[in-house]
Amino acid sequence: MDRQRENLSVLISDDLLSQCIHCGICLSVCPTYDITKLERSSPRGRIRLIKAFANSEKLLGELFEEEMSFCLGCRACETACPAGVQYNTLHQTVKDIINKRKKFSIQKIALKYFLNKVLTSSTKLKSFSKMLSHYQKSWLRKFLHSTDLLKNISPKLFLMDELSPQISNAASDELIDEISLPENEQKYNVAFHVGCIMNVAFADINIDTIEVLKKSGCKIRTPKNQNCCGALHAHNGELDTAKKLAKSNIDLFESFEYEYLISNSAGCGAFMKEYKELLKDEKGYSEKAKLFSAKVKDVMEFLTGNSVKLNYKSYNDCVTYHDACHHVHGQGIFDQPRKIIKEIKDINYKELNESTRCCGSAGIYNILRHEDSMEFLDRKMKNVLYTKADLLLTGNPGCLLQLRYGIKKSSSPIKARHIVSFINELSDNSKV
Amino acid sequence: MDKTTKSKLKEIVGNNNFFDSNEDKLSYSFDATPIYQQLPEAIIFPGNDGEISQIVKLANTEKFNIVPRGAGTGLSGGSIPVENSIALVMTKWDKILEVDSANFTATVQPGVITGRLQNEVEKSGLFYPPDPGSSSVCTIGGNVANNAGGLRGLKYGVTKNYVMGVEMVLPNGDLLKTGGKNVKDVAGYNLRDFIVGSEGTLGIITKVILKLIPKPKCSSTIIAFFDKMIDCSNAISGIINSFITPAMLEFLDSTTLNCVEDYAKLGLPKNSEAVLLLELDGREEEVREDSEIIKKIFSDNRASIIKTANTILESSNLKAARRSAFSALARVKPTTILEDATVPRAEFPVLIEKVKQAAKDNNLIFANFGHAGDGNLHPTCLTDERDTSEIDRAHKAFEFIFNEAIKLGGTITGEHGTGLTKKDFLENVAGIPGVEMMKKIKSVIDENNIFNPGKIFSNTPRCEGALPFNKNQIKPFSG
Repeated sequence: MDRQRENLSVLISDDLLSQCIHCGICLSVCPTYDITKLERSSPRGRIRLIKAFANSEKLLGELFEEEMSFCLGCRACETACPAGVQYNTLHQTVKDIINKRKKFSIQKIALKYFLNKVLTSSTKLKSFSKMLSHYQKSWLRKFLHSTDLLKNISPKLFLMDELSPQISNAASDELIDEISLPENEQKYNVAFHVGCIMNVAFADINIDTIEVLKKSGCKIRTPKNQNCCGALHAHNGELDTAKKLAKSNIDLFESFEYEYLISNSAGCGAFMKEYKELLKDEKGYSEKAKLFSAKVKDVMEFLTGNSVKLNYKSYNDCVTYHDACHHVHGQGIFDQPRKIIKEIKDINYKELNESTRCCGSAGIYNILRHEDSMEFLDRKMKNVLYTKADLLLTGNPGCLLQLRYGIKKSSSPIKARHIVSFINELSDNSKV
Repeated sequence: MDKTTKSKLKEIVGNNNFFDSNEDKLSYSFDATPIYQQLPEAIIFPGNDGEISQIVKLANTEKFNIVPRGAGTGLSGGSIPVENSIALVMTKWDKILEVDSANFTATVQPGVITGRLQNEVEKSGLFYPPDPGSSSVCTIGGNVANNAGGLRGLKYGVTKNYVMGVEMVLPNGDLLKTGGKNVKDVAGYNLRDFIVGSEGTLGIITKVILKLIPKPKCSSTIIAFFDKMIDCSNAISGIINSFITPAMLEFLDSTTLNCVEDYAKLGLPKNSEAVLLLELDGREEEVREDSEIIKKIFSDNRASIIKTANTILESSNLKAARRSAFSALARVKPTTILEDATVPRAEFPVLIEKVKQAAKDNNLIFANFGHAGDGNLHPTCLTDERDTSEIDRAHKAFEFIFNEAIKLGGTITGEHGTGLTKKDFLENVAGIPGVEMMKKIKSVIDENNIFNPGKIFSNTPRCEGALPFNKNQIKPFSG
């Protein structure tokens, strides 16, 4: 017991815990506290529990684990926290510890298999998605859905089916050249991270991103056989795998020269920026990780940071924007998308109420904790519908799926798109 | 607390509103006060006046204590559980029952968040001025119980100036209704004002009628940076002597400025020794004229930079940054002991010097910020609760600061309340007859001493250190 206690207090940094002065400012932004109105579902409450867990975990039971899994990991509390508490680090560490001890369950084995076997290898993920794609287009799916058979057999499987992305015909890294040249004069030399899910399920958004970068004067290097960034693993208590993936990405990109590593997925961008924290104690990688993380830029950050001007066509419909948690809270990206949208000719932009509040997608939270996730989505959709906008933009694939699901459920005519696809369509390259 | 009592409580409020897991007890064992903590026996969310009344009656017969709680953002330990107590949490009572624009009043439940009320009444062109630093989280019930102050105290006063009526379940279970929408009301003792600031020791507030005023037409926010503290002090005196009453006059020292800038990233120059953040409001011409005079006072006192916020966003960013000061200071050291020693406004610069002396004498880091306009300073000791000798020195330093404040004609607490943290000093400022009178009143209203006992004045031992988890570890309660 004593040794275990010692281990825990080494793993969970006392300094990080003490940083929280429990002032309660986080209560105003926490989506889970908002639902339960219980302190244990609040950031300061959870930190208090983690403190108790680190000292003497015997006191805590299933409720503690439940609270750790109930937390979306949206990091809104970090944005709100004046004291600069690194809540996310604490939360991920604890999830990892809990996960390592957990008894086996079919759900856990399946998830572990998916995270550790499928997502870690781009070839396996591709064959998995081919299978999924065949299924999605098959008569079998139509049959299962039209007869409600799947819903009856397994509600959870039905949800997974509903919420999983429509697999693209081909993975984006098969379609994107290893080197793409700018349309006009070359101004920047960048690399592109295709992402794992993005690569197989949102190939079109990846291609749109390449197009936008080409219009912006970028020479783009898109290496084949890229690995998942590891964010999903870290959020679900698989820190070791996340570290392995981080190292392999660092190794892969090390052999190229580039100014920025562009990402179009909020979760990936945020996590790759954190490699420097993740690997700070890893021999041979701490310095490399610092260099790697420093170059990571979200595509919107790249565009506004370099004052890239695209030549936009006019657009008249009403547009609103949802901030992905891992943009606004994870990377402090808030002004950038608004700046980009407002550059569009004749744009009618309407600010979304509570735009920085989590939509409930949160990685694979919407599958693992579907009912909770739907509460967050309902609130998001209420705000979205209130804007009466025609088009809902966001910068993150996870949110996009969740929002499209919400739109479908509410049978609203509004469309949801990735901001990069939108600006690619509206920008006229010939004159730039 | 035994199982039968607990099941009786469950019967009253229902299983869904009763919590007593270790997880829940731990997460309700503290509020925003540093160091102090104590586990409650249970956490209860009552549904209506009737349920509260039943709980109170049960507390009298079963001899357990009741600690009322709002958002738990207090800084004097008012909502920290005491021995053998339940936390009675009012956050779900969050309805704004009425905004009466004919009589300029708002009737609210105690769990309404102060900031939300402000936004709501502003939609009708009205204004609720009390503006505690934690307004985005704290509740009206807690504001009334502690007579909360805030950033606009100088011109607009504090919570007590806006409470017109209160409903409260008394320690015998009766429902007291006092005050109302009348501007004038002298029927009997003024119980309403007596309840304001009673810190949950006299009952639990269930409804509040608040006074509103018309929203000022125009406002202007000015920020001035000073290289020398003495210049800043002279500027404060200059403003007081100019007969202009700003809506807000906030002071921040360099330590506070640095932390706030690290958090808010507004691009404020970090190398100044002192900053004044000032807001004027009123009619447009008035604001324009006054701001010229103020800017002249600033430049006459060698302010290095004077800036006027150009947009509402700029101004609200500056104010939000100031509100974050207390928590932002935790960036220096993890425990921030924030007090609210207050002096007559002209003595404000003297008090700042006394704090500096206390810091030096006890080898501590102190940051200073506060409401320069109304004399309410927030000397904040930046320390680490894991370092016990430093905490001892901090207590000594605060004792010195409180005594110096009293010597200057001031008080130990301007807006946080006495609670647990300052009750040792109460006698110094209220005098023995004062404290005796308070104790007598309390014993008459709350015969069995069940409402928040040990807060403000009783002499129970301080609850510090590790939390007890079984009965044997708990010291018997001695009132």
